[in-house]
Amino acid sequence: MKKVREKTIFITLCVAPAVILFIIFMLIPTFNVFKMSLYKWGGYSNNKQFVGLNNFKILMEDTNFFRSFQNTVLLIACVTIVTMALSLIFAAILSREKIKGQNIFRVIFYIPNILSVVVISAIFSAIYDPNSGLLNSIIGIFRGTEKTPILWLGDQKLVIYSLVIAMIWQAIGYYMVMYMASMASVPESLYESADLEGASKIRQFFSITLPLIWTNIRTTLTFFVISSINISFLIVKALTNGGPDGATEVFLSYMYKQAYTNSSYGYGMAIGVVVFLFSFGLSALINFVTKREPLEF
Amino acid sequence: MKSKKVISSLLVAAMATTLLAGCGGSNDKPAAPADNTPADNTASNDAADTPAADTPDTTPAEDDAPVEEQTLKVAAFEGGYGAEMWAEVAAAFEDSHPGVTIELTIDKKLEDVISPAMKAGDYPDVVHLATGREAALTETLTKEKALLPLTDVLEMTVPGESVKVKDKIIPGFLDTLATNPYGDGVTYYAPMFYSPCGLFYNAGLFKEKGWDVPTTWEEMWTLGDTAKADGIALFTYPTTGYFDAFTYATLSSAGGPEFFDSCMTYEDGIWESENATKVFELIAKLGTYTEGTTVANANNDNFTKNQQLILDNKAIFCPNGTWLPGEMAEAPRADGFEWGFMAIPAVNAGGEGCSFCWFEQMWIPAAAQNQDMAKEFVAYMYSDEAAQIFAKSTAIQPITGVSDSLEGDNKMFYSIYDNGATAVMGGFASTAPVEGVNMLDTLCGTVNSIVSGDKTVADWQAAVEEASDKLRAAME
Repeated sequence: MKKVREKTIFITLCVAPAVILFIIFMLIPTFNVFKMSLYKWGGYSNNKQFVGLNNFKILMEDTNFFRSFQNTVLLIACVTIVTMALSLIFAAILSREKIKGQNIFRVIFYIPNILSVVVISAIFSAIYDPNSGLLNSIIGIFRGTEKTPILWLGDQKLVIYSLVIAMIWQAIGYYMVMYMASMASVPESLYESADLEGASKIRQFFSITLPLIWTNIRTTLTFFVISSINISFLIVKALTNGGPDGATEVFLSYMYKQAYTNSSYGYGMAIGVVVFLFSFGLSALINFVTKREPLEF
Repeated sequence: MKSKKVISSLLVAAMATTLLAGCGGSNDKPAAPADNTPADNTASNDAADTPAADTPDTTPAEDDAPVEEQTLKVAAFEGGYGAEMWAEVAAAFEDSHPGVTIELTIDKKLEDVISPAMKAGDYPDVVHLATGREAALTETLTKEKALLPLTDVLEMTVPGESVKVKDKIIPGFLDTLATNPYGDGVTYYAPMFYSPCGLFYNAGLFKEKGWDVPTTWEEMWTLGDTAKADGIALFTYPTTGYFDAFTYATLSSAGGPEFFDSCMTYEDGIWESENATKVFELIAKLGTYTEGTTVANANNDNFTKNQQLILDNKAIFCPNGTWLPGEMAEAPRADGFEWGFMAIPAVNAGGEGCSFCWFEQMWIPAAAQNQDMAKEFVAYMYSDEAAQIFAKSTAIQPITGVSDSLEGDNKMFYSIYDNGATAVMGGFASTAPVEGVNMLDTLCGTVNSIVSGDKTVADWQAAVEEASDKLRAAME
């Protein structure tokens, strides 16, 4: 009996530090975000005014917020689909094929991930420069240099896709390494027998590789949602600051503008609540939709 | 078995200690400001360049001194004028006020440095931070009614002199919404370094081409067409943020100072009036003369590329403030380049050109601990001694005669009002925060869409009027 009690105390003590830290740094702030969203408050003084769900009511009529919502959804969708496809292809090539300098490719693909977002945005603002940028110079070879340059960061219909490209470039390496790690654990014997039976490389990819790393893909999908929301804020902040005229405003950049520049801290927190619920809901939905019986090997 | 138990117990103990140590550390910090040795990190940061910080925070052991020992916490934004002048002014203030120790916090991102402590209730006594910054700390405190009125500072005698503060400040600087943010005649911001805003150009290019500097918008459009033939655009702008000064000046030029004030106080229908329409249409027309790549570079990362267009003779005019030549000092430029600066031409035929006068502000938080000394410090800013220290770094205060000491380009910039341009001062009146409505974004940010053709003038005008209606409802 004494033993059981001792064990309970021991476990409690072991878990306590992590639980306490979790409560202080995760639960309480999250709870505060929810609480603050019910107040009209500038963030500094003591005159907080309880307004109930009024902030959410205003939010439902705020066209700028819906614009940032649309942009975020577009970013999540485009970045996830393209990054996942490309990093799966590269991972399959690098782990299944014998290519010279495999390790160099691995490193090169991973480099964008260790660069800070500020550096990435500086690189991309140089690439997108209308007159001397890499992109317009290459395109100029085909369409002639005397035509008006393409404004990658100035054309409101184009600029969001310019961000998509930067975000994909930034993310590919990370997901590629993750996929490669799980591809390495797929037994070689499966591919050998597939080879003997005459399955093509593409067939092998879809019938062996993909199903066997499915759990890993599911996990990365949740990562995609969360990181798209976070990274898009950083890139937007450094590259366009939401411009031109709000065309690249995303969830968090709009939240920042409202909470600070517009002195509506409570309203900013209401946006935070929507972002929280949205990313939570989307991750849950993705998890539910992609649920498969795990294959054993 | 026993040793396993001992090891696990030790591990648990280690884990618990680490956690407690972590908490302990964070508990120490907030305690520090409470016992009047505030924010040791700020003190040590500034130690290098602040003579003030050399004296230890703890009160010197001179008990027999008749003066009261006190610490004044001053937070100042480090702008283009540099940080040294603040250290120098603080030292001079300490010399003339025995027993006062100034604890200086200077930073380019001042909001990030002081606001965490402010949220915890530890406020600086005096803050020098202008309105119109992205973090909008000054505006937020204004909207929250957390500033101290400076009415009695204006009545104070400047330390070491026999003149009242209000009599030293150039007339006009205290009657604006940029000093009296609620529009009720009570001053909350002390006007500090000012800078005329207008259009910068390459005077060398005008000489080379034999062009005359346009004085009306008609001449402006003619010049635009002439220059277009040479492959030079008439206009560019760094970011749309610079359209505040431009719009204020044109509004005032179109309808006079009273009309401008009505716009700034959100009078009903004012943005749809005839005079406002003139301004909207003028900017839209200017949009058609704007250099093609401007919009793509009109962001925080690339705005200097737009400014570079002036240096490279690819565009003629760029709206900016007097800090532009300093900002572009290292940039390559066309042969024979020479800075030129002019007011915004008159909107109505026969009228006067206008130049918006931008200035930085100093204020005292209502929660400041040491308010009396803070007021003394603000008053001291207008002494000849302080003004001379600031003027050495070309930071010009609105004190009569201070700009006389300027030389070269700066003299030309500051003489703009002597040459017939009307000074326009102020800014939008402060209201209670309105969620989702940002006037400057609506008024200035939309210029990008006008230039690129994504929005029409009518849409723009309607959006500004709508924002104005919402903000008017929030005024008290």
